[in-house]
This record gives sequence, structure tokens and C-alpha cells, in this order.
Amino acid sequence: MLPLGLLAPGERAEVVELMLEKPSCQHCRCPGASPHSLCRLGDLGLRVGKTVEVLNASGAGALLVKVDEARIAMNRGVAMKIKVRRKA
Amino acid sequence: MSLKIALIGQPNCGKSTIFNYFSGYKAMVSNFPGTTVKYTVSQVVFQGEEITCVDLPGVYSLTSTDPAELESRNYLLAGEADVILNVIDASTLGRSLELTLELMSLERPMVLALNMMDEADRKGIRIDAPKLSEMLGVPVVPTVAAAGRGLTELLETAVQAGHVGVRPVQVMFSRDIEEEIAELSDRLDPDQARELGLPWRFLLVKLLEDDPHLLAEVGRRHPGCLPIIRNHQKILAESHGRSPEIVISSERHALTVNIFEAVAKVTPSQKPTWRERLDWIATHKFWGYVLLLLVLTLFFQVVFRLGQTTENFLVGYLDQAQKLGGVWLGKDTLTYYLLVEGLFMGIFGGVAIVFPYLVPFLVGLALLEDSGYLPRVAFLMDNLMHLLGLHGKSIIPFILGYGCSVPAVISTRILESPRDRLVVSLLAVLIPCSARSVIIFALVAYALGPYWALGVYLFNLLVIGILGRISTMLLPEVSPGLLMEIPEYRKPTWHNVLRKSWYSLKDFIVVAWPILIAGSLVLSLLKFYGFDGHVNDALRPLTALLGLPLQVGTTLIFGIMRKELSLIMLNEALGTTNISAVLSHAQLLTFTIFVLFYVPCASTIAALSRELGWKQAGLAVVISLGLALVLGLLTRSFGALVF
Repeated sequence: MLPLGLLAPGERAEVVELMLEKPSCQHCRCPGASPHSLCRLGDLGLRVGKTVEVLNASGAGALLVKVDEARIAMNRGVAMKIKVRRKA
Repeated sequence: MSLKIALIGQPNCGKSTIFNYFSGYKAMVSNFPGTTVKYTVSQVVFQGEEITCVDLPGVYSLTSTDPAELESRNYLLAGEADVILNVIDASTLGRSLELTLELMSLERPMVLALNMMDEADRKGIRIDAPKLSEMLGVPVVPTVAAAGRGLTELLETAVQAGHVGVRPVQVMFSRDIEEEIAELSDRLDPDQARELGLPWRFLLVKLLEDDPHLLAEVGRRHPGCLPIIRNHQKILAESHGRSPEIVISSERHALTVNIFEAVAKVTPSQKPTWRERLDWIATHKFWGYVLLLLVLTLFFQVVFRLGQTTENFLVGYLDQAQKLGGVWLGKDTLTYYLLVEGLFMGIFGGVAIVFPYLVPFLVGLALLEDSGYLPRVAFLMDNLMHLLGLHGKSIIPFILGYGCSVPAVISTRILESPRDRLVVSLLAVLIPCSARSVIIFALVAYALGPYWALGVYLFNLLVIGILGRISTMLLPEVSPGLLMEIPEYRKPTWHNVLRKSWYSLKDFIVVAWPILIAGSLVLSLLKFYGFDGHVNDALRPLTALLGLPLQVGTTLIFGIMRKELSLIMLNEALGTTNISAVLSHAQLLTFTIFVLFYVPCASTIAALSRELGWKQAGLAVVISLGLALVLGLLTRSFGALVF
């Protein structure tokens, strides 16, 4: 298992866990997410069990990932909070 | 009472495109999520019946976070809509259905528009619409809004659904959740839902889900109920080992997966499409920036070349006409000043100097917006935005700012934190809007060349960057990470591009042009009676400091009304359209930089005080004036060194 943020472009992985350890985000009281954006992940279709594919990663910056038919741009901070298992 | 149809759906699913089809062009449409931040209402007469259409900002769910989303939620919960028209991007059906399930629980007549069927087709998603309709208990209409396909049928279905009073099926959760709902239902009073105007079951589920707004509302009216609700939330949480919101949202997700699998077949294509390849380049850490630079250069070159050619052509005639006027009427008569210098130059100055740059600029910007390239730019710029301590999403107000500062300021509603809204608003008004771009093109690009104009834009970004960095130090806050859906590339339809450009151009014609003409008349009168001298004298400290001719003073005052005005006025104040003959390159550059940064125009100040309050708007005026002065001085010294 490793954070999504460490995958290279072209790699595919299964989402194992969204690390939502903090009690509550002050913006919307969504469960746990420390950066508010984490609670958006589900809205955008990124959930435990889904397969994600990293399309592009701009160095130390944002990642572009594909989940189902949607493409999501996310900051590396967010990506590091998503635990995944590599897929062949 | 006319029938009220509310369009609702996830961001960028095409609500506004459908709305515009029904209403004529009223709402802004672009290919990036979050274009609509407040709702737009339009009256439509359809088959002899008057209908009210409401275009709501996109939401992912009814648990809202930012103010734009809250607006949609409040509208829906107030029960004002007779029919809920849920628009869905068919190419992301699985995800979109979650909102649909929530909307169904509002127990209002509802219709589903399966939009972007062409895109779903391309992605190999086949959807059985009749089966979906049967499962949800609501009519389902496949549409391709951009091409206008299926929309008449959609409206027809929606009207009918309103009259018949279509009832969506009740969404049933798994047994243990249903038990919890039933128990809570026994212990609370159904009158509470009636007081709030909400369906009973909807309220129960939302309370179990820990919805902060409704919980506060119920707690205010019946404080005794809160412990009961908390208790049931706890039971739910303990039996599932997760928080109650997660339990219910996962439940909804599981339900949508079932529906999706029952109605859709996906056969993805194996070969990467040209869109995917283009995306790989557009978001690449090296090639992405190369492409960005190419696109920007092309944009500037095209706008400038087109503008310059047209301006040269028109200004030639304008000069001749002005000379002829002088001969016919006599150079020093009041009629000459009023008719030629005032009215004629006001009217045709707008046509000859503003239009040539404004039209290609607006069309170009509309093309960029609709193609879907801008979200890729947001992706590339995320690093930069974080360096400034800003949210990646705040790129959107900045991008809109190139069109006009007013929508840029309003669009800051998509940002969650008030601090971000303040900082981004103050910075976004510094972005050269189309009016100021016209000035940059007509003065700097015209006299010094297009690359100097590009330089002005880059300098502008640099200044905004530095200011952003400073504001982060003054108002530190951890900026939340970027999380944004990147929409598909779409071929912009000429229809929408032209409509959109016309929409902005109309704003210039209706609002700015009369001000230009009036301003031009006022200036000609001031000149005739020799009052312009007093105004200029009063501004002498400023113009002297910047090394500009005295006559420029009045133009700066008029520029506060509309930025284009300072350009038109400049011609008039200096008495020629050939400005580079009168002003040196350094003066031109100083003037442009000063006008670029000083006091936002009257409409922007109004928008700022509406969105942030008058104190903050005042702050914006003071800061920008100070900034313009400092930068003007810098440009003056720079000019002295270079030219």
C-alpha cells in the first residue's frame, strides 16, 4: 500500500483508504477530512474500492487522475492522503 | 400562477445550456465547473402556457459547502419549484445519480435529462433510458443540449410532469438504516417537517445524516429533540463503525452503483483517443507549459493583428472626417466642439478604437472557455497558486477577470473561506479586463509591438503574484488543496461562442458606449470653455510625478467610469488619434501601467461592495491607487533607462 501521490503517470491502483483521521473539517463538518477538499472526493466519484489511473503528474505539483469516466485534478497534499494498492 | 421548473445538477453538466435554449441567451455558459454562481430566472411561453425556468448553480449533493451551492440548496428546500429538472452528464452517470436520489427524496414532481448523450456514446456507455425511468419512477429524456437535441421534448415532459404531479419512487436504504429512520420517526413530531416545509422522511434522513443546517434549525425550534437525534446518530455510527454521514452517503452510493449496473453497459475503447493524447500534452509538466505559451502567443498575435488592421483602416477615415468637420464648421466654434470632438469622436471612437480589439478578444476568450482548455490551465497553475497561498480553484476568478472584473468578483463565491474570497477579489480586479486589454493593445502593442503587450500582461501577473505572497504573510491560512473535475474537451459551438461574445459586446454597447459618448461630450465642453485646464491643474502633482503631459489628467478621472474612456479621452485630450506622435514610448507605457492598476471602474467597485462590503471596496480603491502610483513611477524610471 502506498499513497496515490507516489504513483507514476500511467500507473493504475485500487483505492484502499481515504485517510480521514481528523475529527471534522471546519468548513462543512464533513467527516474527518483535514483539507476540506477531501470530503469532495466522494462527490467526484473517488471512493474506496474504485480503480484510479494517474494520467499526469506535474513534478511536485498537482496530479491528474482518472476515476471511472471522470478526470480529477488534485493537489499532491490531497493525493498523499489517499492510500492505494498498485494494480498491474 | 405559472409553473416553476428548476434546473439542477452537478457542475458542468449543461444546465445553463439547456436553460439558454429555453430562455434565449440569458445565462453564461462555459466549459468549466462553477460558471453559474447565482440563479437566473426566465419566463418562457410554451404551448400557450407561461412557465418560469430557474437555472441553479451546480451541486454535487444537497449537503452544501460553498455559498454558490448553498443558494441551490436553499432554493430547492424552500419548495418553490413545481418541477425539479435534474440534468445529468450521461458520461458520468454513475456518480451523478447520487444527487438524483437525494432530489427524489424531496418528493416533488421530477424529470431527468440525460444530457451529453453523444459524449457517453463516445466513451462507450450505453444507457437504457426507459429502464432507468422505470426504476426511478420519473420520466427520463436523453438530450444533447449543445446541439439542441431532445430539448423540446424535455420541456414538454417537464410541463406534463408538473401537471400530472409525477411522484418519484421512495429511495429505500438497507434494513438497519430503515429501522433507525422508523424509530426516529416515532420519537419526533411530524409537525417539525411541516414547519420547515420539508417532506418528513427527507428531514429524518438529513437529521440522521448530521446535516448542520437542518440540525441547527430543528435545535433552535425544539432544543429537546437534539439529544434524541444525537442518540440515533450514535447507534447508526456504532453499528457501522463509521460516522452517520458516511454511512448514509455510502448507502446512497451503493444504491446508485446498483442502478448504474442495471441500466448501463460500458465498453471502453482500447486505443487512446486524440482527446486523451491532447490531454497528456496539455497537462504534461513540461509540454503543458510549452503548449500554454503557444496558445497565449497565438491568442495575442491574432487579437492584435486583427485589431491593428481594422483600427488602422477605420482611424484613417476618422481622422479625415474630423478634419473635414473642422473645415466645414470652423475649428474654434462650439458646434465643432460639440458635434465633431464630442459626439462624433465619442460615437466613432468607440467603433474605430475599441471594437477592433474588443471583438476578437471576446471571441477568442469564448473559444478558450468553451473548449475546456482553461481547467487544464488551472491544473498547470496549481503550483503557482499555492506558492501564492491560494486555493487552486481561485484560478477561475482570475481567468474570468480577463473578460470583465464584475463576473470575476462574483465568481469568488465558489471559494469556501471568506479570507480567500477577500484576497482573490482584491487581486482579481487587477487582472486586465477586456476594456483594459483594449488599452494595452491600442497603446502598447500598437506603438511598441505585440511582445511589449505580452510583457505588460506578464508584468501584471508578476505584480499579482508578489501581492498574493504578501497577503499570505499578512493573512495566513492553510489553503485547501486543489480538487477539481477536468471536463472533456468539447468542440465550441459557433452558436454559443457568438452568443457569448455578443452578450459581452452588448454590455459594452448598452452600458459603456453611452458613457463614452457622454464623457466625450463633457470633455469637449470642458475644453471649449477652458475648464479642462482646471481639472488638469488639480491633477498636476500626479501627472508631473508620472512624467505625463498635463492634458492626460482629465482622462484619468473619466477612466474611473469606464476604463475604455481613458483611451478615447486620450485621443481627444491630446487632439489626435496618432498618439505615438505626441507621447514618448516611456510615457505610453507609464500611462498604460497606471491605468491598468489604478482604481477599479465604477461597476467593479459596485460589485466589490456588494460581495465584500463597502469597507473592503474602499480598501480596494485605496490599495490600487497606491499600487498604480508606485508602479507608474517604476515604469517611468524603467522607460528612462530603456528608451
